[in-house]
Amino acid sequence: MRQDVDIRQQEGELTGLAEAILRQAKRLGADAAEVSVSEDIGLTVKVRKGELETLEFNADRSFGIAVYDGQRKGSASTSDSSEGAIKETVARALGIARHTQDDPCHGLADADLMAARQPDLDLFHPAPLDTEAALAAAQACEAEGFATDRRIVNSEGAEAARSQSCVVYGNSHGFMGTASTTSHSLSCVLIAEDGNGMQRDYWYTAHRNPEALEAPEAVGRTAAERTAARLSPRKVATGSTPVLFSPQAARSLAGHVIGALSGGAQYRKASFLLDALDTEVAGPHFHLVEQPLLPRRLGSASFDGDGVATAEKAFIDAGTVRNYVLSAYSGRRLGMPTTGNAGGVHNLFLKGRSKAFKALLKDMDRGLYVTDLMGTGVNGVTGDYSQGAAGFWVEGGEIAYPVDEITIASNLKDMLRQVVAVGDDPDERGNIITPSVLIPPPPPPAGPSRYLKRCG
Amino acid sequence: MSPLIREAERTLLEPAGLSRQDAERALGRLAGAGADLGELFLQSRVSESWALEDGIVKDGSFSLDRGLGARALSGEKTGAAYAEDIRPEGLANAVEAARSITRAGGQQQVRTLAPANASPVHDQGNPIATLGEQDKVALLERADQAARRIDNRVQEVNVRLSLNFETLLVMATDGAWAADVRPLVRLDVSVIVAEGQRRERGFAGAGGRRPLSSFSHEWPEDLAKEAVRSALVNLEAVDAPAGPLPVVLAPGWPGVLLHEAVGHGLEGDFNRKGSSAFANRIGEQVASTGCTVIDDGTLPDRRGSLTVDDEGTPTEPTVLIENGILKGYMQDKLNARLMGAAATGNGRRQSYAHQPMPRMTNTFMQPGDKDPAEIIAACPKGVYAVNFGGGQVDITSGRFVFSATEAYLIENGKVTRPIRGATLIGNGPQVMTRVSMVGNDLRLDPGVGVCGKDGQSVPVGVGQPTLLVDEITIGGTAG
Repeated sequence: MRQDVDIRQQEGELTGLAEAILRQAKRLGADAAEVSVSEDIGLTVKVRKGELETLEFNADRSFGIAVYDGQRKGSASTSDSSEGAIKETVARALGIARHTQDDPCHGLADADLMAARQPDLDLFHPAPLDTEAALAAAQACEAEGFATDRRIVNSEGAEAARSQSCVVYGNSHGFMGTASTTSHSLSCVLIAEDGNGMQRDYWYTAHRNPEALEAPEAVGRTAAERTAARLSPRKVATGSTPVLFSPQAARSLAGHVIGALSGGAQYRKASFLLDALDTEVAGPHFHLVEQPLLPRRLGSASFDGDGVATAEKAFIDAGTVRNYVLSAYSGRRLGMPTTGNAGGVHNLFLKGRSKAFKALLKDMDRGLYVTDLMGTGVNGVTGDYSQGAAGFWVEGGEIAYPVDEITIASNLKDMLRQVVAVGDDPDERGNIITPSVLIPPPPPPAGPSRYLKRCG
Repeated sequence: MSPLIREAERTLLEPAGLSRQDAERALGRLAGAGADLGELFLQSRVSESWALEDGIVKDGSFSLDRGLGARALSGEKTGAAYAEDIRPEGLANAVEAARSITRAGGQQQVRTLAPANASPVHDQGNPIATLGEQDKVALLERADQAARRIDNRVQEVNVRLSLNFETLLVMATDGAWAADVRPLVRLDVSVIVAEGQRRERGFAGAGGRRPLSSFSHEWPEDLAKEAVRSALVNLEAVDAPAGPLPVVLAPGWPGVLLHEAVGHGLEGDFNRKGSSAFANRIGEQVASTGCTVIDDGTLPDRRGSLTVDDEGTPTEPTVLIENGILKGYMQDKLNARLMGAAATGNGRRQSYAHQPMPRMTNTFMQPGDKDPAEIIAACPKGVYAVNFGGGQVDITSGRFVFSATEAYLIENGKVTRPIRGATLIGNGPQVMTRVSMVGNDLRLDPGVGVCGKDGQSVPVGVGQPTLLVDEITIGGTAG
């Protein structure tokens, strides 16, 4: 089955729908309104042990509206875009607004902040929704996984997915923004077994442009190598040790920092980096920057969830906090202008003093290389950090053996200050792009009171 | 025909101009393509939530989602397609896309639809309609005021009321014909307290598939009190110990241990595929003899309860582990058929736009005979864990974690100082063999659990009595 679809053909219809919803809100007495209409079309093909397992088609359209009655707000959403449903949904939002209370910070972002230009960020690279091609890619990927290592005995499957999405955001300032994007991915989850039990791991590739995906065989091979490398893990004794986070594990660290710098965490005083603007929270080589307008990136966008133009900026520059992550609302709460981050960050990069991965291992000499983190043991208010982990023990600057059933514990404030070097290996496959991150143990007697711990 | 089916047809088929015969014809298309099972799932879900911050209710939202999913199963293959509006054209397109999985030339029959006659296990009312907007807003304000009244160290209070009402209809070529009407309510209170330079968060929530009027009169105040209490405890917390130690788990929500350590590993799909650490171990001792673990979707009014699952199979108490022996898995139709087992009423999906898979409902351990005080006294040095944020498991290696948000040291058999939040890590099949004492105080959680699997979220319940686990690794920072 093959469908040639181009969701950009829906842009006009979705824009018309957004305009109709805004008109309806005005007619029902809203002082201001904003609407987001989205449509997704996609195909997912999953293969397991060489056989087709799942063929899944989706086509979803939905819209959400926020209306303002003076300084009161109500929201509503629906997957039903019939005329009757539009009327009911808008009426519901207004009904809610009549029962909420005045908040002087509510309202649209200022009109002069609306994205005046919507540059083409080259985010649309359609390929036909072709089940045979997706099936072949998934089969080749998984087959290469099995062929790579004879200890790969089982599979949770390889999955090829293609989707197109169109999002229209409009508000009663007259702003109307449109973003049509594609996304293509291929993933593979494998299971390896030896005398000491089973282990699983995975690998994936994802891009806006299907031509830029890793080859199916490369994905299968990497998945197999990563899975087999985890077999026969050992435990390690409790103690204080340096920790090297893999690019994938480091992504969550950047996420925790962004969470702490978000406007919501700041105005609720629920942040371990409370009131940290213009203060030093990390070493001089540590940077956390956002580049929303890069072409072809998964996180790229020219306007945010308020319709505000996005812009390149540093949240942390040379260790000092330069910006919070603000929407129009959270900005008003803090008495600051929005940073164009309603809905989050767009292409966030963690940067630092960069070294080859092997050089980081040499620098660490002896310690823990963490590839996998588990659990919810991160307290965003205090920064207390306690997570389950798996990875490899490093001895003499080389990876020695896999380790498992470990916890690592510290405080994020301390960890942030301790970052000494990062790898030259950023993982580009997402909205948060992080390299390996090396955090040494604190100097023994005069160091901070809290340590990185591993417990065996 | 059951009144539930009649009501679901009225909500889902009639407004779309669809008749039961149209739906049966669609099933015929799926069967005619040779599918082992063809299924239609229609659903509508209405949700409303209200949020309070800074002492005022400043936002509320309403959502209405309806749609249908068509599915064809053939051997191990599944074809699935979804439409976000229930209309004749959407139904036809979804059926054609789903049946493309089947090979040409097959031919199956639709069995006569047999209406499910399971008795409802929970309330059937729409919680959004049972209370006026002003009364909903008042619930939130009461929680806020109570929290601020209790202690002047309370800095921030956030309260959220979530109300859901879902109607679904399932028809399948195996004759399944069932409907369910599912309310779900939840009230959450979260506070920030501060003393000097130290800030901490506390949380309490509760809910279930029951009317708002069934909760105690002091519901918002009780939750506020609990949220403030847990935050204040954490203001006093010292560093948690590191390394393997005995752990006493309090009754109720700490049952997240069972959910992670054994629950996911006993879902049928992982065992059919041989990817679970529990695969091929039925009949083996996988836990200490005091452990009997049950998944039961029939518990009245619980958050994880369902009259029928999302494939129309009535729920039942499913014994997973009995006196330490592995007894059975939780099954949906696909995995039950391929494993030669019976479906257990555990086929669940997040919505019409997702595929069903084996999922937990309410998972709990039966009580033993020990007094909880005796269990703590039996532990000279260890940790008493009272509340958890959540957990996670790798079902293949069996490694799981769960993160304590309220815990204390046990010193000389007595609960002493509170400790900072810490993650506990273990291996499911191993940890369950280290449960050495089981309390007589089984408690179910207050109704706040959300379980995630393959990107799909469903509400679940957990429960357990006080337990002593002889050794589990604690991820603290103290020497």
